[in-house]
Amino acid sequence: MASTAIAQARAWYWQRISAMVLMVFVFIHLGLILYAMRGGLTAAEILGRTQGNLGLAVFYAVFVLACVIHVPLGLQKIAEEWGGMTPPTAQLLTRGFAALILVLGLTAVWAVTAP
Amino acid sequence: MKSLRVRPLSYTAFLMHRLSGLGLAIFLPLHFFVLAQAIRGESELDRALRLTDSLIVKFAEWGLVVLLTLHLVGGARLLLIEFGPWRGVRSGWITATVITSGVTGFLFLYSLVN
Repeated sequence: MASTAIAQARAWYWQRISAMVLMVFVFIHLGLILYAMRGGLTAAEILGRTQGNLGLAVFYAVFVLACVIHVPLGLQKIAEEWGGMTPPTAQLLTRGFAALILVLGLTAVWAVTAP
Repeated sequence: MKSLRVRPLSYTAFLMHRLSGLGLAIFLPLHFFVLAQAIRGESELDRALRLTDSLIVKFAEWGLVVLLTLHLVGGARLLLIEFGPWRGVRSGWITATVITSGVTGFLFLYSLVN
């Protein structure tokens, strides 16, 4: 019981800390989308801006890591409250999801920023 | 007689936050997958991007930008409620959430055609 309460408190503060970090990243990301979208996107346009850009690589790698913390915690709550799953099942599934977006996310960052 | 149950505005805000978060979570692996195609070269990424040229996908992208703004501003409201001085459910922020999402959605469309 106590360990459940501790786990919940821990999930709560990680969710909030990652949310605070993500606010900054999402705000900048939205700005970049609106700027980069002008007239549509081509691969050459994207890669021309991103390849070899270390600043963007670090920015998006941290962005991915913050998502890896934030998103599964939110999904876990939904799985428990709406999906009727027990906390251990929900945690197992959402940790799998975390692993998926970690690998895909960092691969994506590498794919578009590697020189 | 069946009593009329009126959900408070804060429940609508909760639903908006949860559903936008769920939508974004579903989209995230697809988004990363498309971008990861660049690892196989520019032409592969272009092929993946060309799939996003259809009107339905454009509409979905527009929706995602709107959802992202909803989740961002709605999330800021939640953090203010939890960590800021107590000022009720901050319904002004619920209005701001809807308005900023609308503005971002408009800017996205504007950016797309210009």
